[in-house]
Amino acid sequence: MSEEKYVPKTKLAEWFDSRLPLLSLSHHLKSYPTPKNLNYWWTFGGILTFCLITQIVTGIILAMHYVAHTEHAFASIEHIMRDVNYGWLMRYVHSNGASMFFLAVYIHIFRGLYFGSYKAPREMIWIIGLAIYLLMMATAFMGYVLPWGQMSFWGATVITNLFSAIPLIGESVTNWLWGGFSVDNPTLNRFYSLHYLLPFLTFGLVILHIWSLHIPGNNNPVGIDVKKGSNETMPFHPYMVMKDLTALLAFLLLFFAFVFFLPDFLGHPDNYIPADPLITPAHIVPEWYLLPFYAILRAIPSKLGGVIFMFASIFVLVGLPWLDSSKVRSATFRPIYKKFFWVLVITVILLGYLGAKPPEGIYLILARIGTAYYFIHFLILLPLLGRYEKTDPLPMSISDPVLDKPGALDKFKEMAGKYEGENVGTFK
Amino acid sequence: MTNKIEPKRRNFLFTATYTIGAVGLGAAVWPLVDQMNPDASVKALSTTEVDVSSIEPGKEITVLWRGKPIFIKRRTEKEISEAAKVNLKDLKDPEKDSDRAKNPEWLVMIGVCTHLGCVPLKNKGEYKGWFCPCHGSHYDTSGRIRKGPAPTNLEIPKYEFVDNNTIKIG
Ligand code: HEM
Ligand code: FES
Repeated sequence: MSEEKYVPKTKLAEWFDSRLPLLSLSHHLKSYPTPKNLNYWWTFGGILTFCLITQIVTGIILAMHYVAHTEHAFASIEHIMRDVNYGWLMRYVHSNGASMFFLAVYIHIFRGLYFGSYKAPREMIWIIGLAIYLLMMATAFMGYVLPWGQMSFWGATVITNLFSAIPLIGESVTNWLWGGFSVDNPTLNRFYSLHYLLPFLTFGLVILHIWSLHIPGNNNPVGIDVKKGSNETMPFHPYMVMKDLTALLAFLLLFFAFVFFLPDFLGHPDNYIPADPLITPAHIVPEWYLLPFYAILRAIPSKLGGVIFMFASIFVLVGLPWLDSSKVRSATFRPIYKKFFWVLVITVILLGYLGAKPPEGIYLILARIGTAYYFIHFLILLPLLGRYEKTDPLPMSISDPVLDKPGALDKFKEMAGKYEGENVGTFK
Repeated sequence: MTNKIEPKRRNFLFTATYTIGAVGLGAAVWPLVDQMNPDASVKALSTTEVDVSSIEPGKEITVLWRGKPIFIKRRTEKEISEAAKVNLKDLKDPEKDSDRAKNPEWLVMIGVCTHLGCVPLKNKGEYKGWFCPCHGSHYDTSGRIRKGPAPTNLEIPKYEFVDNNTIKIG
């Protein structure tokens, strides 16, 4: 299916569309050609969009009852939980929603890493995606401060103090961030303001992300270019919409299993203790989705070094399209890269585990090895593989891996014979 | 005027306009940035007086100053001599104990770990001073960093003895 131009059916539609082409846009979104071999890993973009909207809707509702003041914030959260009609539901959906959002974004990012979706011509999609990811982290961090519990306060203290590592101006920068000499009411207020703002910036970036996606079109599991005007693609609606919705339902099952049965499982019990600037909890741990970075921060035995490596671990991903010089996108055809991909996945999960452990003994040693490997993967292994790896032969079309199996074509023809419709016609 | 001179003059005008524009923009943006700095009401809370008469030797109290914990420790003879006999070469951030405690019996420090800002625990760690549980920094009985990621010693705030029983911080 190729994409045909929108033709207004009525005079009114024509009048409207020639003045503001929203109908053309909606037509484009429906008929946007997607490769027919997209698997379920491709449904996470839609799931992410759902997560963002869920956070915005529940967030605006919570904002109607929340009070951003050090003396009232903690109590206002309890008020939401106990008094406000369905307040508990809004809060649990919002807090678990953040975790689900990160779960989905990690799957989405690793999908990109596996199938080489960051490679030409999709570099802009990738880089905007990373900007979205950074905004998500900033938003989640500031949101976690708002309940003004012990973890809120001390998490905010530790993270804002990262900036004090900057030589010379570090202290002025942290005082500027705090609006004082420690995390206090001015800090809470500005975090609230920004926590409200950033998701809307994220929303803007998502639009750019999808816009830049719609120029080259989707990558696919085979990783070769699809012929656009051929039967290798299908219109987004209804085919991808249905697939995305199926995946979304499964995702919602997990999401609401947490909301209804384990609402506090992913959070830290210390955050139900009001903030106390005189007592640091024994173990400060960030939310699970930031743990790998926390492990990197603590693996480096110097304050400035830790901060530099932590930020570098994200920024190295910006260079990925150029660090990985292999012309073959999908790991399916890269036997060696495929193995290293899984080693990287395990390393990141391991770092996440270590981020929750005290930085001593074997934990510290492992965290150092993991950190070193993480950078070696991107800075050394990928450039080398791009040069020396012998990749498997690529199929001529995305249909080949399916149809090349002995007898597959006959089976398809037989099955297609039972149905009527535009897409089965070519098989008969 | 020849055709050759004209673009030069135009370039000059462009550059001059951009420069003035940039200065103007900077001046306009500064208030938007500076509003986030500590405000007058925060700065106004800058001194605290503490009565220390009830602190026994070896004991420590914590008071809040500018939102930060301040450790006021009345040290024992043993702690003072331990702090004094440390060789400066063994220190990451060399500082003499006598420079840190005007009156050796009293150690007044900002109780904020110089790593990432947690509050260290008293009488803990390998150097029997303070230990920060967050990422494992050990401080000695003079509050100097001995081991762990913290780069510098616990900071000494500005303070003075108003009389024998009262310390003014700030
Ligand atoms: C709020 C967060 C995000 C949303 C709502 C979002 C949404 C989407 C959507 C709807 C698609 C198209 C469907 C799909 O291919 O899955 C997509 C594709 C893509 N996204 Fe994201 N995304 C987000 C974050 C990210 C991040 C953090 C990255 C990477 C760092 C990223 C990288 C990509 C790439 C490379 C593609 C093209 C994939 C392809 O066609 O194969 N995205 N995104
Ligand atoms: S904050 Fe004290 S060791 Fe990191």
